Amino acid sequence: MHLMVCGGTGCRASASDTIEQKLKNKLEEKNLENDIQVVTTGCFGFCEKGPIIKVLPDNTFYTQVSPDDVDEIIEEHIIKGRQLTRLLYKDPQKDETIADAKDMGFYKKQLRIALRNCGFINPENIEEYIARDGYEALGKVLTEMQPMDVIDAVKTSGIRGRGGGGFPTGLKWEFAYNNQSDQKYVVCNADEGDPGAFMDRSILEGDPHSVIEAMSICGYSMGSDTGIVYIRAEYPLAINRLKTAINQAREFGLLGEDIMGSGFNFDIQLRYGAGAFVCGEETALIHSMEGSRGEPTIKPPYPAASGYLDKPTNVNNVETFANIPVIINKGADWFAKIGNKNSTGTKVFALAGKINNVGLIEVPMGTTLREVIFEIGGGIKDNKKFKAVQTGGPSGGCLTEEHLDTPIDFDNLLAAGSMMGSGGMIVMDEEDCMVSVAKFFLDFTVEESCGKCAPCRVGNKRLYELLTKITDGKGTREDLDILRNQSNVIKDTALCGLGQSSPSPVLSTLNNFYEEYLAHVEEERCPAGQCKNLMKYIIDEENCVGCTACARVCPVGAITGEKKKVHEIDPNLCIKCGACMDKCKFNAIFIK
Amino acid sequence: MTSVKVKLKQNDIDKIKEICAAHNYEPGELINVLHQTQEYFGYLPAEIQEVISWELNVSAAKVYGVVTFYSYFTMTPKGRYPVSVCTGTACYVRGAENVLEEIKKQLDLQVGETSDDGKYSLSCLRCVGACGLAPVVLVGDKTYGRVAPDDVKGIIDEYKDKD
Repeated sequence: MHLMVCGGTGCRASASDTIEQKLKNKLEEKNLENDIQVVTTGCFGFCEKGPIIKVLPDNTFYTQVSPDDVDEIIEEHIIKGRQLTRLLYKDPQKDETIADAKDMGFYKKQLRIALRNCGFINPENIEEYIARDGYEALGKVLTEMQPMDVIDAVKTSGIRGRGGGGFPTGLKWEFAYNNQSDQKYVVCNADEGDPGAFMDRSILEGDPHSVIEAMSICGYSMGSDTGIVYIRAEYPLAINRLKTAINQAREFGLLGEDIMGSGFNFDIQLRYGAGAFVCGEETALIHSMEGSRGEPTIKPPYPAASGYLDKPTNVNNVETFANIPVIINKGADWFAKIGNKNSTGTKVFALAGKINNVGLIEVPMGTTLREVIFEIGGGIKDNKKFKAVQTGGPSGGCLTEEHLDTPIDFDNLLAAGSMMGSGGMIVMDEEDCMVSVAKFFLDFTVEESCGKCAPCRVGNKRLYELLTKITDGKGTREDLDILRNQSNVIKDTALCGLGQSSPSPVLSTLNNFYEEYLAHVEEERCPAGQCKNLMKYIIDEENCVGCTACARVCPVGAITGEKKKVHEIDPNLCIKCGACMDKCKFNAIFIK
Repeated sequence: MTSVKVKLKQNDIDKIKEICAAHNYEPGELINVLHQTQEYFGYLPAEIQEVISWELNVSAAKVYGVVTFYSYFTMTPKGRYPVSVCTGTACYVRGAENVLEEIKKQLDLQVGETSDDGKYSLSCLRCVGACGLAPVVLVGDKTYGRVAPDDVKGIIDEYKDKD
């Protein structure tokens, strides 16, 4: 029997490590430590209900476990064989408990390729990876395939870069293969900087060997003996697990010289990012690896011709790499059949925001936004109304109700005015102001702009100022035109992908929520009620009994009225602190 | 430029030299050198940058340029209890801004500042990957999830009597 305890960041933050320790102690106390193993796994994905414990072999899926539940789990489930109903997942729609994860709405529509091992193995034990066909693909590549066969397989699979751009991976490998040099580099981009996205981190924490194996395969195909993982320093757990995995792979002869007796040498080093979103751009990333400021440069030359230390370099994202061993093992044709014609395979999304089931999901390309949000995500929190879904992070856009039936793939999302991006998917409800959301992303871009080119450095700052003006209630209709115009100029003239896509949150909200912008500038009203400077506190004449409680609590004396008569708020004096509303017992004060 | 005047002791200088030597004085290792140095000293004031610049034979301007480019490097010391508010999109949508305002009020600090007694510092970070717990606040390594503005006082009170 196995107790799989989620060791992902979300569950760790809710004390899953304490739970694990308590489980071990309790098992020892009962002399069961040899029969029952406690295993730390990578992320199960269902972060909303963490910490999660899965009991094998019966597949019982316990949610929101606390350290206090440990005794009962051991006494009841392990010793007496009785499931603890109170810790099982409860389907909010049907009001029934579900014991096995595969029957849960959250997992039913998922297909896990990149996340195949997350939650199933102990990421710190290479033997568990090997037991699940790990390093089999590398063996096959080294013994049965020529470099060009590998590249052809990756091309046939149709896989496109999962980091955001969606460039065909096989082509990239071929370019690097064709460029002759004494030294070439394979780089794994693990500088996941998109706020609200954590898929790469989960893969590295839950299944680091899949990335190591794929990098070796890539190295063999393009003729490189050195791999470098560029990883965020803010991901200490992922760094540790990756280091452990690299060391184990070396011990097993799966990294280093003459791998599997094939004569192929390959090893992997780590480089740490230091917090710069622009380093997700491959030329910026390469400059950062060289110890400089992470500023992008104009392509060409492409990294495939002249990258790290001016040598041919192939940069792929973590999730892209995680798919490669499966493509080799199960065949390119198998992979190409999943998803759409031009977007094959699956995509991992970090589903978050105002949604019931926050978590990490993986679905076949072509799944609709509606399926993801309402079936897997379990719908909008607190039964509110769906308003928008933001994909692609700061480079993407907000999609509306009318896009819900759009099949998710690279091209459809782009056509709808957003983009796939690295896979952040943030759901918003009626209480989210779309102008403020655009401002939030611009705030991010302004902070993260590297400053090299003027359209991005200056232009985004101006966009941010205009958005602030609008959310302060001082905007005009003309500002909306300037906003659109300027966004288009930045898009056309910025140097790198960050700048070119930075106006997307503005443009997509202008296109899809123009009415809301108009309400801000023409009526000085925020329909979502989020822009503080546009709020008006008003006293309802029918409900007000004239108790004077609000007038007494108002810190600026903005409320006047005689005793037992209807009171009034002077909007010019009101500072919108909300004290009156808290104090009123008659629900007579509301915000308009 | 926000920096603190410090006088480096000889053994501090030796430590920096040791780190540079471990990286073979390779200018390309600048970022790794900075990471290790900050890990040891807690921050990277101008004086430390100057030593690194000499050791690696790169200009002080380049070192300063790199330090200020990346948000992970800091030239001011962090508080003993660094408070970080996640302002990633998921946390933003679930109300991180209001939480941040409340923390600013309670600690009387702006983002990027450290209190005069060196106890608290306040910073924002982008996505810690615990979106299921949004909004998230970190004090040191401890994570607080689903924080509402009303919870802030309780969180800070936990550290009130600590040094």
